[in-house]
Amino acid sequence: MSASHSYGSRPWTFYALALLFTLFVIFLYGPMIAVLILSFQGPSASLVFPLRDPSLMWFDELFNPRRVGDVSGAFGRSLPLALIVMVLTVLISVTAGFAFRRRFKGATAIFYMAIASLIVPGLVLSIGILVTFRYLGLSANWYTSGLGAHLSWALPFGLLIMFAILGRLSPSYEEAAYDLGASKWRTVKDVVVPIVFPGMIAVALFGFTLSYDEFPRSWLTVGTKNTLPLEIWTMTTNVTSPALYALGTVTTVVSFIVIAIALGSIVIIQRKRSRGK
Amino acid sequence: MSPTPTRKSLLTTYLQVAPLTLVLICFFVVPVALVVVVSFFRYQMLVGIVPDFTIRNYVDLLTNPTTWSLYISTLKFTLIVLVITFVLGFWIAYFLVFHVRNLLVAIGLFLLCTVPFWTSNIIRMISWRPVLGKEGLINNALINTGIIDSPLQWLLYSDFSVVVAYVHLFTLFMIVPIFNSMSRIDKSLLEAAIDAGATRWGVVWNVVLPLCKTGIALGALFVVTLVMGDFFVVSVMSGGLSGSATSGIFNDLQFLNYPRAAASAVILLIVVLMIATAIFRLVDVRKELAR
Repeated sequence: MSASHSYGSRPWTFYALALLFTLFVIFLYGPMIAVLILSFQGPSASLVFPLRDPSLMWFDELFNPRRVGDVSGAFGRSLPLALIVMVLTVLISVTAGFAFRRRFKGATAIFYMAIASLIVPGLVLSIGILVTFRYLGLSANWYTSGLGAHLSWALPFGLLIMFAILGRLSPSYEEAAYDLGASKWRTVKDVVVPIVFPGMIAVALFGFTLSYDEFPRSWLTVGTKNTLPLEIWTMTTNVTSPALYALGTVTTVVSFIVIAIALGSIVIIQRKRSRGK
Repeated sequence: MSPTPTRKSLLTTYLQVAPLTLVLICFFVVPVALVVVVSFFRYQMLVGIVPDFTIRNYVDLLTNPTTWSLYISTLKFTLIVLVITFVLGFWIAYFLVFHVRNLLVAIGLFLLCTVPFWTSNIIRMISWRPVLGKEGLINNALINTGIIDSPLQWLLYSDFSVVVAYVHLFTLFMIVPIFNSMSRIDKSLLEAAIDAGATRWGVVWNVVLPLCKTGIALGALFVVTLVMGDFFVVSVMSGGLSGSATSGIFNDLQFLNYPRAAASAVILLIVVLMIATAIFRLVDVRKELAR
């Protein structure tokens, strides 16, 4: 049986599943790589392979608002929005995660409310928030209604991650620290935070990317000025040049930088900790 | 769970959970409630939304054959995508948990699967164009190798490309929860099953699968709700040829007919909630998560 750490030759299922896995990874990344390459298309402006006279002209075009939409403006809204959502998601879902470690009245109701908020179709929520703001006489804006719409989707994710993380933090660790004479603050600093910290980075990563890439929940809630995914959506219908691919490359690079920072810092923390032992 | 919470610690607990509750009430409960209220309002040309209590919007929608055909088409997509993502997700998670012997390699490969989740969905949809298009990579390869003479038309802007995009976008939502439940399975259980004479297939069917049901349920919940509530993938990938359950909402909103859009939204919500309840009936997700 391959399932265990018993050694010996691998069964045929290993090779079959390894092949499946490889094909899946190609399926996942292949199209992204195609777009990456084609964003360097030359002046032929062809949207398909082959790549002729590679150039950076479409990246240049991208930040030239006369030709394409308001890409830099959209980027200038999406980035701060994602950062705000990230910070709030970490603060709110981490504290809420701790609350759920105790039994309290309404815990189940709040839990199911969060799950419902996660699975309610984004479009339904978008309409709801728009209507709410209309009745309150407020205008929809990316930093008000847009922010709330993104939080309603990022917070439940953060909460689920905190559940997974805090499941590993047995209360007996804290009790042991108290019994050994640690103050409350010391327990949090030396016992709780080190266990929870990598999870908090994961929550931050989710908060940022869920907001940065969110489309259905942004659609009616960000007001008259588009965030980046909405701008890309408009471009898919009216821009028929590799500038669209160039934009894809730029946003993907931003996402990859964020992912690299998050994963890199988790690795560094883990390494520091194992060295400290 | 700590034993008997004192009054002071109970207050702390409520303070800790208050911000979450507040955000969810303001940006989820109230908006959804308002959608339900507005769905009973009346829409009048040039005037707009008129407060009322009428079920006309619902009658309109439910007697319209288009609504039914759109829902049937969406349910068909949901079912196809659910089956494909489940099979892929289960076996990929199985490969990572039980076949990859080195934990670091397993984590690395797992991350490889999850990285695209953190990138833009729209860009990932668009990226199929140069692959599936008439002059795309697949058609060119097939023509160059002489398998076909003229490009396959059904690769892009078809039901096929819609399914491809859904699988591309949503398989992650299956892999992650299934991987999570699978990695908690005690490996000695499998050895015990083998020692007791189980076949390899028997172990998968009788041990691994039942122990992963929480993960499968969560994954199915995500996939069902994402596909049911989708408008954008269908419209980009089908080139506007196919509709989805949300198409009606989209059309009504363009004519500012909020009441009927709201009624459509409520119907969609009820269908999604029914499916979600069915899934929750099968598995107590909360209990399993807290495990």
